Amino acid sequence: MSETETYSATAEVAQVRQRTSRGKRIWIDLKKAPISAWFGLIVISIYGLVAVFAPLLAPYDQADTSFGAYLPWGDGHLLGTDQIGRDFFSRLIYGARNTIGIALATTLLSFLVGGSLGLMAAISRNWIDQVLSRLVDVLMAIPSLIFALMLLSIFGSTTWGLIVIIAILDSTRVFRLTRAVSLNVVVMDYVEVAQLRGEKLGWVMRREILPNILPPLIAEFGLRFSFVFLTIAALSFLGVGIQPPTADWGSMVRENASLIQFAKYDILGAITPLLPAAAIALLTVAVNFVVDWFLHKTSGLKDEH
Amino acid sequence: MNTEERGEKGDVLLEMKNIVIDGWSDERWHQIIRGVDLSLGRGEVLGLIGESGAGKSTLGLAAMGFVRPGCRLTSGSIMFDGMELSTASEPEKRRLWGTRIAYVAQSAAAAFNPAHRLIDQTIESSVRHDLMNEAEARENAISLYAAMQLPEPETIGFRYPHQVSGGQLQRAMTAMAMASRPDLIIFDEPTTALDVTTQVEVLAAMRDAIEQFNTAAIYITHDLAVVAQMADTIKVLRYGEEMEEAETRKMLTHPEHPYTKSLWSVRSIQKPAETSDDYILEINGVDAAYGKGLKVLHDVSIKVPRGRTVAIVGESGSGKSTTARVITGLLPPVAGEVLFDGQALPPELRQRSRAQLQHIQMIYQMADTAMNPKQTVAEIIGRPLEFYLNLRGKAREARIIQLLDLIELDESFYDRLPTELSGGQKQRICIARAVAAEPELIICDEVTSALDQIVQEGILKLLLKLQRDFGMTFVFITHDIATVKAISDEIVVMYQGRVVEQGLKDAILSPPFPEYTKLLLSSVPEMDPDWLSNLLAERAGA
Repeated sequence: MSETETYSATAEVAQVRQRTSRGKRIWIDLKKAPISAWFGLIVISIYGLVAVFAPLLAPYDQADTSFGAYLPWGDGHLLGTDQIGRDFFSRLIYGARNTIGIALATTLLSFLVGGSLGLMAAISRNWIDQVLSRLVDVLMAIPSLIFALMLLSIFGSTTWGLIVIIAILDSTRVFRLTRAVSLNVVVMDYVEVAQLRGEKLGWVMRREILPNILPPLIAEFGLRFSFVFLTIAALSFLGVGIQPPTADWGSMVRENASLIQFAKYDILGAITPLLPAAAIALLTVAVNFVVDWFLHKTSGLKDEH
Repeated sequence: MNTEERGEKGDVLLEMKNIVIDGWSDERWHQIIRGVDLSLGRGEVLGLIGESGAGKSTLGLAAMGFVRPGCRLTSGSIMFDGMELSTASEPEKRRLWGTRIAYVAQSAAAAFNPAHRLIDQTIESSVRHDLMNEAEARENAISLYAAMQLPEPETIGFRYPHQVSGGQLQRAMTAMAMASRPDLIIFDEPTTALDVTTQVEVLAAMRDAIEQFNTAAIYITHDLAVVAQMADTIKVLRYGEEMEEAETRKMLTHPEHPYTKSLWSVRSIQKPAETSDDYILEINGVDAAYGKGLKVLHDVSIKVPRGRTVAIVGESGSGKSTTARVITGLLPPVAGEVLFDGQALPPELRQRSRAQLQHIQMIYQMADTAMNPKQTVAEIIGRPLEFYLNLRGKAREARIIQLLDLIELDESFYDRLPTELSGGQKQRICIARAVAAEPELIICDEVTSALDQIVQEGILKLLLKLQRDFGMTFVFITHDIATVKAISDEIVVMYQGRVVEQGLKDAILSPPFPEYTKLLLSSVPEMDPDWLSNLLAERAGA
């Protein structure tokens, strides 16, 4: 054999590459992100900042009723006051904190519960899988709104009760999705490698399987997060959701909806009830922009050139 | 289409000139094919060979006027029977595809729709393009099944893809390609995924069918011995450039380009067989079964001497991989025991201690699925270091770089993801992961069968080096006799879950043979263009 033609693995690489760290990879990805993703990221960051610093940003407390009802825009109250004289702008800011906080906590909890049980079911594929799957079937067979109403009237409508109950009802869908996508990953050789190495169940779940099923889970996260708003708004409408005086965008729409009728007298006043609705809409769009970008990036779909 | 319209054998059918194809990766265009010419006459078979990434498949698909998504044809002309394909519209090309030009893919299992019967898929293109009505097409399909020597040609078409074997499926796919009597068939590694014993039948059937219908073909493969049986001329590609083209016999006897010569001499690794009485692993009378009923291993006993390589050979379904699962504890045996260093190993994986797990490591056939695509090379190699040897931080990093060096890769691979590696590099990383655990025994399950010959040679040399330097013991599961000849000390032949024979390499590979060993050995293609004809004649006579 001629000397020059022997195989060399290093020669397979066209040019020697520098090591790139994880952080650098993320930055490269961000730089390539489309404008919609940037828009989404910025909007979410602003919402996040507003939610965290709500007490500093808001001119008044969310429960302060010491003003006249239905005051117009301007004149000390940027967006006027609501039906019992609370500053609308302050309530909008606190609403970010309460609504996003509750929605985020609910979605995270449902993913934690549904996701880990789904993974466990997919890996074990024995009686644990059977018991969990049938339990989820039973839960899904009951209309979720009625089930939530029943549970809330038994345990009372505290914020934490609300979070836990919606999270558990939502986690059934997360369980099904996680189990289905994990089943394709558990059969891979690298999972077998980990088991042969003697890794514990938790490690296999967290390090081997989870990173590979993340894309569909993230997409579901974006959707679930948006749906939780609706569920909370529906429950609030029925009087078992977020309890007054806590500001929440869903109930703010309902409480001030009647102002829309007075549009021909005060156009700004009529817009007021639409603002919390717009806040929900903008956040939903922003979250889904980011999720879309993430999905596109991880699904391996190439852009047309 | 119509046999009458066809020209004479040898008339030019396909003429490709100065083909340049670009592919998009790493945010820029790369040339994949750099100005290749190709000319093919009616009824002729052209063999395209080269290692993976050489551009064989890309060129083969370009002959149909097709470029993969993410690629573009930048220049060149593709004249197919007087028609310019490089500028033809999609509908024009689609009329040709499946009727006058057909394509046979490497994995028939992936190319068939599992939800439809074989015959419905075979006749689909003929019926869609109104070449025949359904009844004619069915009759035609049945005659093709017979021509492809499929069992029960009358009824086999009414089965679903999962109800026939891999070799039968590959033949059914060739029948599908033949159904509309195309002028040109492109075979893209059609037998690479098959056992040697099955490969012989498929090759013979394909060759007969091509001759019978005077079809031109482009045969893409990396296996020289196979192409020698099929092709009239051979073209060698490397990095998208043509190295050499010559008539098959001339190419085999007098290759001119140094690269071609190196391909020819790849099967050059030789290792004298040695034995030892110090057994590191003993399998005694193991029976194993999947579920309750299906027994797949019958009284298997294998002894593995320390520091040597034992090759387990046999076709798929012979129980090779199941034996590996019993050794690793993934499948507890029904009867019998596995001794490691004289101590009985607990049958179940979970009952084994960390040290017992550490001593036996495994390397898989498909490096792609054996590495977590979301972990970097450092995480993949580093985990056994952390897990068994408790190395952290700087010590772990230093050892990873040392291991990378051992497998002949440099530090720049440290934080790459598996998707950024070539097939050979991936397999090297898997080897490094196994070596990282500092095991005494490594089970290699078909580790080279998914790789090209030159890459294979590199991997085998690396394994031999590891054995020499660290005295490692290998159990090498394979169906490739050339590999076995190259690296093993002892050979175990398995057939239908039983050990046919075990012994030193030289003893097993020389006569007298038990019947199955003889069949297996004679099915390995040789670099002689008459090998297949001679073998078939001999088997017909016997």
